[in-house]
Amino acid sequence: MEENKYQSKYKRVGQPYDRKDALDKVTGQAVYTYDMELPGMLHARCLLSPYARAKIVSIDTSKAKALPGVRAVLTGEDSDILVGLYMQDKRVLSKGETRYQGDVVAAVAAEDEETAERAITLLDVVYEPLAPVHDVDEALEGKILVHDDINNLKHYVGVFFPQKDSNIASWNKSRKGDLDKAFEEADLVLEGEYSLPAVAHVPMETHVTIVQADPYSNRIKIWSSAQSPFAIRQIMADSFHIAESDVEVHIPYVGGGFGGKAGIHLEPLATLLSRAAGGLPVKVRATREQEFNQLPTRAGMRGRLKTGVTKEGKLTGIQAVYDWDSGAYADYGVNVGKTAVYSGIGPYKVENASIDSKTIYTNKVFSTAYRGFGHLETHWSIERQMDILSQHLGIDPYEFRMMNLLGPGDQTMSGEVLTESSGSPKECLTAVVKEIGWTGRKSEEERAREWKTGKVRGKGFAMLQKAPAMPANTASSVIMQMNGDGHVKMMIGAVDFGQGAITALAQIAAQELDIPIEHIEISAEIDTRANPYDWNTVASKFTFMGGNAVIKASREMLRKMKDVAAQALRTDPENLLHANGEVYHRHSPERRMTYKQIALGYMYPNGTGIGGPLISSGSSIADGLTNLHPETGQGNPAAVWTFGAHAVEIEVDIETGHVDVLKVASAFDIGQVINEKLVYGQICGGVVQGLGSALLEGYKFNADQQLMNPSFTDNKIPTMKDIPMEIVPIYIENPQQNGPYGARGVGEHPMISIPSAIGNAVYDALGINFHVLPLSPEAIALGIASGKKSILCTDTDCLPGRS
Amino acid sequence: MDNEKDCSMYTEHIDSGKRKVTLSMTVNGRPVVRDVDPNMTLLHFLRDNLKLFGTKEACGEGECGACTIILNGKAVTSCIVLAVEAEGAQITTVEGLSKNGKLSILQEEFVSQDALQCGFCTPGFLMSTRALLDHNPNPTDEEIVEVLSGNLCRCTGYIPILQAVKRTAERERKELGR
Repeated sequence: MEENKYQSKYKRVGQPYDRKDALDKVTGQAVYTYDMELPGMLHARCLLSPYARAKIVSIDTSKAKALPGVRAVLTGEDSDILVGLYMQDKRVLSKGETRYQGDVVAAVAAEDEETAERAITLLDVVYEPLAPVHDVDEALEGKILVHDDINNLKHYVGVFFPQKDSNIASWNKSRKGDLDKAFEEADLVLEGEYSLPAVAHVPMETHVTIVQADPYSNRIKIWSSAQSPFAIRQIMADSFHIAESDVEVHIPYVGGGFGGKAGIHLEPLATLLSRAAGGLPVKVRATREQEFNQLPTRAGMRGRLKTGVTKEGKLTGIQAVYDWDSGAYADYGVNVGKTAVYSGIGPYKVENASIDSKTIYTNKVFSTAYRGFGHLETHWSIERQMDILSQHLGIDPYEFRMMNLLGPGDQTMSGEVLTESSGSPKECLTAVVKEIGWTGRKSEEERAREWKTGKVRGKGFAMLQKAPAMPANTASSVIMQMNGDGHVKMMIGAVDFGQGAITALAQIAAQELDIPIEHIEISAEIDTRANPYDWNTVASKFTFMGGNAVIKASREMLRKMKDVAAQALRTDPENLLHANGEVYHRHSPERRMTYKQIALGYMYPNGTGIGGPLISSGSSIADGLTNLHPETGQGNPAAVWTFGAHAVEIEVDIETGHVDVLKVASAFDIGQVINEKLVYGQICGGVVQGLGSALLEGYKFNADQQLMNPSFTDNKIPTMKDIPMEIVPIYIENPQQNGPYGARGVGEHPMISIPSAIGNAVYDALGINFHVLPLSPEAIALGIASGKKSILCTDTDCLPGRS
Repeated sequence: MDNEKDCSMYTEHIDSGKRKVTLSMTVNGRPVVRDVDPNMTLLHFLRDNLKLFGTKEACGEGECGACTIILNGKAVTSCIVLAVEAEGAQITTVEGLSKNGKLSILQEEFVSQDALQCGFCTPGFLMSTRALLDHNPNPTDEEIVEVLSGNLCRCTGYIPILQAVKRTAERERKELGR
């Protein structure tokens, strides 16, 4: 990184402080759940279904149970507990039928890992393999039902819409205007199909949890590598029919999440094992292979678009159908599908539009949230389609987008009207296009000339948008207490798994209270018994919602401080100001006292005390959101939109198909930078993760739906060799009037639309439109060799539909 | 199940593992003597026996570099090295990087360049970098990338790490006269 060029107008907000958790992490002192050992702790191993779909005929556990050191062996016969975030569709242990290769068939807890592993090999299971549901098309035919009890599944009513006797976990819709008329008025109606495979999150710490279930009461203690302590607590209480206060969730340092550790995963299984083992703590840790084939992924998706446009380039209508291959369970998948109906046409003003988004069960590894969920996928479709439209119209893709982008007064897909406070997609696009030196598409002659050298360069860009995908009443809270030395202890309910939440929030508190950031005591560790509520650490919502809660708590703290100081200084609180850890009189500043003098109550010279320990709190709840109308999708789902754009320059080796990324320029209207160093970190990390989805990553299944690449050898993620030569971050700061210091979230956004920008640049380089991801060397090389101008399918093993 | 035979082989293997081997080595400058199972990996030895939890396992098959430590001056992935192979060796782990309660230049630069987020891969990156700079105090970008491409990080996008390594090399040459 260049020396910091960003200048903030604030003393602490916007400054590039080092992250508060850095010291622990460079010295090996940071303790993760993976590192934890508890007295008497047992280790668990799971037996996973080797088949995508099979009948469990019998399980003989006698040999495993007889093995010395084994303390518990469980199968589906031992528990009927169902879990699920939005749909209660997942058994903790399979019974009757397995639904994907990775479903837990049996689990063992033993005194050490070796014994547990050995016990697993002694389990004797007889399966009867059944024909699996391979892809979304087969699933939509509905001949085989992944969940034959779909009609009775408990679910979040009114938000998700499971379809009777089908494999559709939820069918969400949005409608506006008159599409028939829109296509009639259009000079060009273009249809396009875009697909992408399932992709793994790959947190470096695999999913791991330790649970101690008290045999004498309902109490369940959980330590987990998880993003959502309060969601775990609520779901555990619901599934185990106990009170939320019976469940305590501790989150130590977390080794990466990216959405894959949102919701609930291994905790119920560890609970059942602990109960079966007489209440000893049980650790369940996924191996890297299980992280790929047992724990959830990002869903594969197929988008089908039909767009109408006038010859001048004005969009008249968009019809979108998104089919999500959610695998065996719905988990976050239904919410991913839901985002498509309000964000699935991108940041464009389109008066006539319809979106159908179906989250579909198949017999594959199930899906969940993944950084910017739903958006990388829909934007791969919409932003490639926009580029192809501009090709057909012969209009520059920058001009074409500028003509159609949202601005103040325009309506989003769900009918929300944007204002000056919403941020500016146009400014983002203009900034990146300028940075990349865009002068228009390459001509055929230029391309032919470069082609002879073996390497062809191309430029491309794409828009992005995302608002937190969360329930309309999502809430967050903060508790603050002043310590005796005038420092401030702050407790939050969100997990800092590396995104920098504790540092950013400490900066906001330090700014408000005007004390050094070192004087803010905040822990990355969460304990639901002590920390206040936060819904889930997901959706890039915490800087916004937690930040607002911190501001409220800080102002309450100052108010209480000034009430006490006013008595001591014999004045009205209205006369008091604060700065640098002191409260002082606005007219005669020599009348002052330090925070320390008031922190635990002010003491007069004769020993009499007033006030008492200073404690404050702040809550924030999503403001004015509504559920979407079930048929039209109209409503207000977005607490805060963050708009952005990427522009890239690439070089394609026409012989090997390798895409070398030379430069990425990324602009986001984030309203206000809270910490430039952390934002830059999110941009670099998100862009490179996006390049993984663009160029490398994807699950491959064989004809029996078994995952063929559950390892780093076969499922590569970017290494240092894959990074762009240059990433240029551009911060646009049109303040969000109801955001903390005007800030919006940006944790997920850098990943969105990296694939679409690359895909558009590949067209610029080669004159070939790719419609499927990843744009791997073999895909590109085969695409070139095919001589076609449009590549609809490269590798059928990994795609969600048959195409 | 059709793997009765495999299971019994496995049993023998485990049993043979019960015959302990006495092992001595120097870890972070401290002499260490322990009786270990001959099939124990160096990673498990460091974590389970020596309680040095800074070294992490993220794949267990030598693919990701999270468990990298320095063994006789060379960076190795400790998950695929047997503890017995380290007999008599000099070993450095992340816990051995700072001296006298002061962070090393390498650690300081990882902090100030924000070369970490979740931190799980960080010990591995620190140790790979340490071994690189011990051998080559003035590496080119290509040499850094070549060496560190054996360590996976999913958070940072590597760019801040590359920057931290370059600045470390520069400062070490200047301040330590390397």
